[in-house]
Amino acid sequence: MLMTGTHAFARDIRREAVKMVALANASHVGGALSMADMLAVLYCGVLRVDPAAPEWPQRDRFILSKGHCCSSLYAALALRGFFPMEELEDYGKDGSRLMTHISHKVPGVEFSTGSLGHGLPFACGRALAAKRRGFDWRTFVMLGDGEMGEGSNWEALLFGAQHKLDNLVALIDCNGMQGMGEVDGILSLEPLPAKLRAFGWDVRQIDGHDHGQILAALTEPAVPGVPRCVLARTVKGKGVSYMENQLAWHYRSPNAELLAQALAELEPEGELRS
Amino acid sequence: MRTTFIQELCLQARLHPEIFLVVGDLGYSVVEPFADEFPDRFLNAGIAEQNMTGVAAGLAAEGYHVFTYSIANFPTFRCLEQIRNDIAYHRLPVTVVSVGAGLAYGSLGYSHHAVQDIGILRQIPEMSILSPADPGEARACTQWLAAHPCPSYLRIGKAGEARLHETGELRAGPLELVSGAGDCAIVATGSVLKSALDALPALAEKGIMPAVYSLPMLQPLCAADLTPLARYRTVFSLEEHLLAGGLASLLRENLPEGVRLRAMALPDSVLGVVGGQKALWARAGLDAPSVARCIEQSV
Repeated sequence: MLMTGTHAFARDIRREAVKMVALANASHVGGALSMADMLAVLYCGVLRVDPAAPEWPQRDRFILSKGHCCSSLYAALALRGFFPMEELEDYGKDGSRLMTHISHKVPGVEFSTGSLGHGLPFACGRALAAKRRGFDWRTFVMLGDGEMGEGSNWEALLFGAQHKLDNLVALIDCNGMQGMGEVDGILSLEPLPAKLRAFGWDVRQIDGHDHGQILAALTEPAVPGVPRCVLARTVKGKGVSYMENQLAWHYRSPNAELLAQALAELEPEGELRS
Repeated sequence: MRTTFIQELCLQARLHPEIFLVVGDLGYSVVEPFADEFPDRFLNAGIAEQNMTGVAAGLAAEGYHVFTYSIANFPTFRCLEQIRNDIAYHRLPVTVVSVGAGLAYGSLGYSHHAVQDIGILRQIPEMSILSPADPGEARACTQWLAAHPCPSYLRIGKAGEARLHETGELRAGPLELVSGAGDCAIVATGSVLKSALDALPALAEKGIMPAVYSLPMLQPLCAADLTPLARYRTVFSLEEHLLAGGLASLLRENLPEGVRLRAMALPDSVLGVVGGQKALWARAGLDAPSVARCIEQSV
């Protein structure tokens, strides 16, 4: 069942993220946009969370390991009501709690990252705690594909399978690009699905912009005793034509003219269709 | 010390249902009593220290007080960023336990010499750092940690350390073991405290009777904790750690004004030298005769 409104929510996330990055003259908008559809589906009904009680003990845990792409997560949280929308304007400003790598000091954020390779081990610990205590909440963690170069992730992949963490879902935002170029040309991960299966994970390959596929991958019952990895093929900068698949938008911040163009493309009539 | 630690951890785990032990595939014939009694609160994370430390942070975020356990530099240097970012920044109750402080694994070579750990971990102000000198102090430190779950580091010896004094409840500041007579004192941390105590007879023959203090709690520490040392003209620091960043640095930053500091620490020349702990102490100038000589020449 596809929830209504996820496409509009994804569009709103993108609009807010682009505005935040432009206003703050910040970086990493490309990776924020590539995962926006997954965030929309997660925060539009998959995640069991309560914006009025961000620390509700029975909530699902969502951890952003690619913490540099936090603008879209802050946007999703504000849109869901975890904190006031106006605060998004403080993104990256002096003294703001909305720092440009994800911060646990923001309501709804479980864990601060920024150095890569930290989210999945932490998520394993939380999932293990739920197992040991018999809780039914789930743990989700979003990684980037470039980030899979970190050895700590492969340690955690071993661990997740060893401890049968079927309450854990790792999403890998495979936009194919990292800091200095294409992942395939730097430390190729392929064949990534086969590697992850060999590590003992239930691997689902999806189009990371197809909300139906995202929903199915996140909600189909777990294979008992097997953690799930959702390999989402995405486009870096998705939704803004001049950013799509352009490495420069790992770093650049749109000026007023480019921001206006981006926002025009993200108007409701230009709504993304999967 | 490691056996005392596990015995005490078992006692504390009966009182504190949140205590959880994660080992990095080390602790054979040591940790089994805990694993047998608390199988739901025990885990061997394998030879993967970064993941072990991240997992510990995740468990701690769910309310456990996690002790990670390994030897030498493995639970600290290999996963230092996980300690800094995941544990300390989030102020999660994880105690990193390293067995084999200083040169306790002297014959195993450079990889196993934990002689820079205090200096490195002192740079993380959220971390409490405990460095017991004998089994009694190890017990008191473990009790303190159980009562104060926080980002922390417990630096313990190996096995067979002599019991050097009766330890009560752990508290901040130097613990006075020998009151001495005169205007100098030795402040030691870790099992090399034994060299200070063993040096006393030779010094007494020369008419030098220093006070002796043990300092098991290295962090947090503030200048006020060191006011008992204001009465001395000279304080000798003694540590099984390189000079940079260790006990001597800590004292230099916090000693009362006017107190002179003379440092006895591992020289850089001991790096990479292999041998038994006692032989390396002698070579590094940290055995009892060397301590006596240093003090005699300085007083």
